Amino acid sequence: MKLTVWTYEGPPHVGAMRVATAMKGLHYVLHAPQGDTYADLLFTMIERRDHRPPVTYTTFEGRDLGEDTAGIFKVTCQEAYDRFKPQAIIVGASCTAELIQDDPGGLAETMQIPVPVIPLELPSYQRKENFGSDETFYQIVKSLARPMDRTPEVTVNIIGPLALGFRHRDDIEEVKGLLYEMGIGVNVVAPFDATPEDITRLGAAHANVLMYPEHAESAARHLERICGQPYTKTIPIGVAATHEFVAEVAQLCGVEPRKDLSRLRQPWWSKSVDSTYLTGKRVFLFGDATHVKAAARIARDEMGFEVVGLGCYNREFARSIRELAREFDVPALITDDYLEVEKAIEDASPEMILGTQMERHIGKRLGIPCAVISAPVHVQDFPARYSPQMGWEGANVIFDTWIHPLVMGLEEHLLSMFREDFEFHDEAGPSHHGGHSPKPSEAARTPDKVEERADPAPEAPQTGSDVMVWLSEAEKELKKIPFFVRGKARRNTEKFAADQGLQEISLDTLYEAKAHYAR
Amino acid sequence: MNTPKSIPSGTCRDTPVLKERGQREVFCGLTGIIWLHRKMQDAFFLVIGSRTCAHLLQSAAGVMIFAEPRFGTAILEETDLAGMADAHEELDREVERLLSRRPDIKQLFLVGSCPSEVIKLDLARAAERLTQVHAPHVRVLNYSGSGIETTFTQGEDACLTSMVPVLPTTDQKELMLVGALPDVVEDQAVSLLSQMGIGPIRVLPAPRTAETPGVGPNTVFACLQPFLGDTAAALTRRGAHHIQAPFPFGEEGTTLWLRAIADEFGVDDDTFDRVTAAPRARARKAIANASEHLNGKSVFFMPDSQLEIPLARFLTRECGMEAIEIGQPFIHKGLVGPDLDLMPAGPTISEGQDVDKQLDRVRAAQPDLTVCGLGLANPLEAEGLTTKWAIELVFTPVHFYEQAGDLAGLFSRPVRRRAVLKLEAAE
Ligand code: SF4
Ligand code: SF4
Repeated sequence: MKLTVWTYEGPPHVGAMRVATAMKGLHYVLHAPQGDTYADLLFTMIERRDHRPPVTYTTFEGRDLGEDTAGIFKVTCQEAYDRFKPQAIIVGASCTAELIQDDPGGLAETMQIPVPVIPLELPSYQRKENFGSDETFYQIVKSLARPMDRTPEVTVNIIGPLALGFRHRDDIEEVKGLLYEMGIGVNVVAPFDATPEDITRLGAAHANVLMYPEHAESAARHLERICGQPYTKTIPIGVAATHEFVAEVAQLCGVEPRKDLSRLRQPWWSKSVDSTYLTGKRVFLFGDATHVKAAARIARDEMGFEVVGLGCYNREFARSIRELAREFDVPALITDDYLEVEKAIEDASPEMILGTQMERHIGKRLGIPCAVISAPVHVQDFPARYSPQMGWEGANVIFDTWIHPLVMGLEEHLLSMFREDFEFHDEAGPSHHGGHSPKPSEAARTPDKVEERADPAPEAPQTGSDVMVWLSEAEKELKKIPFFVRGKARRNTEKFAADQGLQEISLDTLYEAKAHYAR
Repeated sequence: MNTPKSIPSGTCRDTPVLKERGQREVFCGLTGIIWLHRKMQDAFFLVIGSRTCAHLLQSAAGVMIFAEPRFGTAILEETDLAGMADAHEELDREVERLLSRRPDIKQLFLVGSCPSEVIKLDLARAAERLTQVHAPHVRVLNYSGSGIETTFTQGEDACLTSMVPVLPTTDQKELMLVGALPDVVEDQAVSLLSQMGIGPIRVLPAPRTAETPGVGPNTVFACLQPFLGDTAAALTRRGAHHIQAPFPFGEEGTTLWLRAIADEFGVDDDTFDRVTAAPRARARKAIANASEHLNGKSVFFMPDSQLEIPLARFLTRECGMEAIEIGQPFIHKGLVGPDLDLMPAGPTISEGQDVDKQLDRVRAAQPDLTVCGLGLANPLEAEGLTTKWAIELVFTPVHFYEQAGDLAGLFSRPVRRRAVLKLEAAE
């Protein structure tokens, strides 16, 4: 048992739903209790889909348990087929149905359903959402794809994008653009908008572009084995990575690595003098492994940041994240416990966080600017406007997104420098996008909440500010320190004072501490 | 069998109920935790369930999840499924850790889920054991919010029911208001009743464990919500007397609800009128303003919260709407009977759901407004229907006089929006 409040990933059947919802002409019959239908709203609300997900739930109840839940499954499956007439069906169990052991796959096999029925085994008590999507797509490809003649012209499949994916919709367009510039055609995009019939044509492509290893690596490997299709290993997020990707695809397909850089603005933006203050910004990275790996390189090589910590929540990729952390000489954080992430962020005291929805809120709490680079994300990260992460336009989007909260950070800094001026009092806040801005005053207004969270272990009284007296001069000086390092300065000074056996902190103590920690 | 003479004929009470069985598109009772934990300020809700349950709470709570809420899920792992002894040990350990980290917690609910019910994890026994371990500081109770047993708001019913047996006994004549309402609304109710000289007034659930009400043969209670059937039955078993009335939605509902209690306490007409005249007039005016766009429009309720019958009564009688179908996850006639009595026969009253068949009926009827869950709202909007998502009706203050205008407003806003948007040119 493990106590959890936030989960980075849902259960594996949600991963299966993401594949089903991405596709057309496929239906998912899910053996699950009434109540598990909550997952529909992720698609209709967060992604704003205008259709119900193609999922039919058996919604068995308590009184059905002793009786015939298997019978309910068969009736549901038949009715779903009759109503929706899909080209193929996937069947599986959610966590509860896994316990009652009805075997949806075996049951469906005994029925006369005239289309392929693909059973899914998703171990709910061991694995999570990303495993669910990868496994589901793999099973679909395994049952439907066959070796076949290559298309006469050079084509590839684009695999991995699915429903509820962070910017998948626009990344597809960007990748298509890159391929188009090299004269490479697209055979099938899957699962996004693909039909089961499209899946049967996968074998005709010359290679596969694997967009998101989390969701389609198993399928890519399978296709390599049975159809002899190589697949790309580079993820085209960031300028350098996109160049590498183009080179890799050109080599796999035997074409010229032609590219149109006329729309790429990121390198000049980053070079321009306005960006000088970005140099050495301390950033902390957390998210899914693919986006963290890409973001780390962009942060260091294309933005000039210093990466002070990184990690991912999907253990499947722990090894590659550890390697990356070694390359950056920082500790790797592999965890799905947000409290550990929060702790690591506090310890690293970054000036900026690049993370998920969760880190956005951690950032809010700690007063650190944050930009979102990875799922899980909320409704605002399924924007109406074109916002890819991949390719040239993706690089432009990333530059704007990342510096946006920092501009505000700078503004916040100016606010505290001029805090004595009447228009710049602490409550003023940044002039734009209040919702994303750190609000130092919020902590003062709701101290109970912040304390409750930040201090689960109230021992260590020697560093608590209740025993330490800050003399007013020192307190004043502390407030002049930029807000994003103020907390650290306060902690360091108090620790220094405690080590010296001091009860009071004067202006001198503050500066002595500063000198002590400045190595 | 039935006694037709005591039931006025021609109302929705004697309309035969369309009972359906099939796929249900509803939340499970775990969702109740989201508003219950806010109301009970020293309680923690620990779900014993799977990653699905944790994910549900996170999805349903939306941004609230980031406020360090007093709820969480102890996620069952492979090893817990293998041996029940281990599961109990693990649970004890997790509870120990939780309580030492949160010394402010006085009441802990172990909330059962589908997985914990299916493996027959005995949470009642665990609650007893843990109560002994952590007495007198913390009281540990247990109820099920599983989807196989409870639908959405029934989670609150199950929670309150679990508290009834441990309420202290009292012989006092007290009024108990049952149901977790936002504080602002609860205060209004208490104030109106107190002005009529009714008291002492207690509430279940109490905001803090120390304020837990007593119960006994002289207790009279009124429900604030229509989904509290089991709680009402449990209180009745402890000798309390249930005051039946329509639910306090809208001016009429609030007045009838107050009147029923006032009668029980022998309040005379003059006093009643003196206390209610001004807020009644305010409510009527606010409803008239907000319901302008609802007049003459039709409404279809998909099942969700059991609030559907009282809300349909409000919309048809006070906002001039016509109900086509009133779907409920579950109908407790003992509670919603008075509301059914007020509606003339006509609308289909349905219980349970076969969602695809019900959607076929929605499409055939083309209602002006469909009240439904978040999984259905956008898809129906995309088909050209106007929807009001129902979960908001549970979270927002909508009871009693001062909220009557807001309540009508919740329904009229989507209708008004449909009228103001000129998007055809863009589509
Ligand atoms: S329906 Fe059951 S398994 Fe699903 S979230 Fe609710 S309690 Fe958990
Ligand atoms: S804003 Fe988020 S939490 Fe709120 S209804 Fe929309 S999707 Fe749900």
